[in-house]
Amino acid sequence: MIRPLEHIIIPLGLIAVGGLLGWSFFLAVTGEAGERLAAVALARVPDSGVSNPVTSVLLNFRAYDTLLELAVLLAALLGIWSLGAAAPGFQPAASVLDGMVNGFVPLLILSAGYMLWVGAYAPGGAFQAGALLGSAGVMLALAGHRNAGLPSEGRLRLLVALGVFVFAMTGLLLMVVGDGFLTYPPSLAKWLILLIETAATLSIGATLAAAYLGGRPAARPTTGETA
Amino acid sequence: MNALLTLFDLLLTLTLLGLAVVTVTSRELRRAVILFIAFGLLLALVWARLRAPDLALAEAAIGAGLSGALMLAAARRASGRKTSTGEDSDAKDAP
Repeated sequence: MIRPLEHIIIPLGLIAVGGLLGWSFFLAVTGEAGERLAAVALARVPDSGVSNPVTSVLLNFRAYDTLLELAVLLAALLGIWSLGAAAPGFQPAASVLDGMVNGFVPLLILSAGYMLWVGAYAPGGAFQAGALLGSAGVMLALAGHRNAGLPSEGRLRLLVALGVFVFAMTGLLLMVVGDGFLTYPPSLAKWLILLIETAATLSIGATLAAAYLGGRPAARPTTGETA
Repeated sequence: MNALLTLFDLLLTLTLLGLAVVTVTSRELRRAVILFIAFGLLLALVWARLRAPDLALAEAAIGAGLSGALMLAAARRASGRKTSTGEDSDAKDAP
């Protein structure tokens, strides 16, 4: 028996979408080289405060996009928290795993700091650094640390909102000064980008680790350590 | 040298496509997630071959690593809910 929706309409629609995507890719590959933004952006990289073109686009030319990405991450965490309390967590790890985790977590935090700093002139940046911090949290959670090394809920809320807050505040302050939203003055650009990236890294790391717990954190942190 | 690289790219692309199909058609959630992680790691390799190291880093760290961990946790919870066993016994079979 043929159900019209599942057997005809949806496959046809998917084929149409696929054809459209293929066609636009074909046009993009074979199209004549018109005015491209890449050349303009590359020419302006020295003014952006960082020498890595990717970071200069993400944090300067298109900083608005990155701000919204951080907001999406925050909204995702709010959604996860609204689902209820976190899962009970794993039992404490045996000594071998515990020893490995104790060695790896500081290494991950160190490499997150390196990623953050190196993003100014080589591949790296806030999202990668935040992912490393988040994976340190996941590792702690897997080894049986109840709160994945995160602080208590009150401070955790501040931490996950920090990135969006600092980013938006910087933009608004620049607007008040008269440069326009997130238009950095070239002399300050490097430090503003570093400030925003640091706040974003902490936020992303905390958000990802908290998302892995899968719900609102437990009321009392069992250990006093932070990651 | 160049022919070898082309062969590598071809193998990479074919494996990627195969993994994508197997991931989407997999019936078991956990299996699908693990295949997805493998897919993400290979995709990171593809980005590296396309000389986009930034994307390769992000794909390996976020796309494969953290999303994989998140989805494994979600799959664990979903399967726990389906068989409606106690949360406690469920928490012990760590992925």
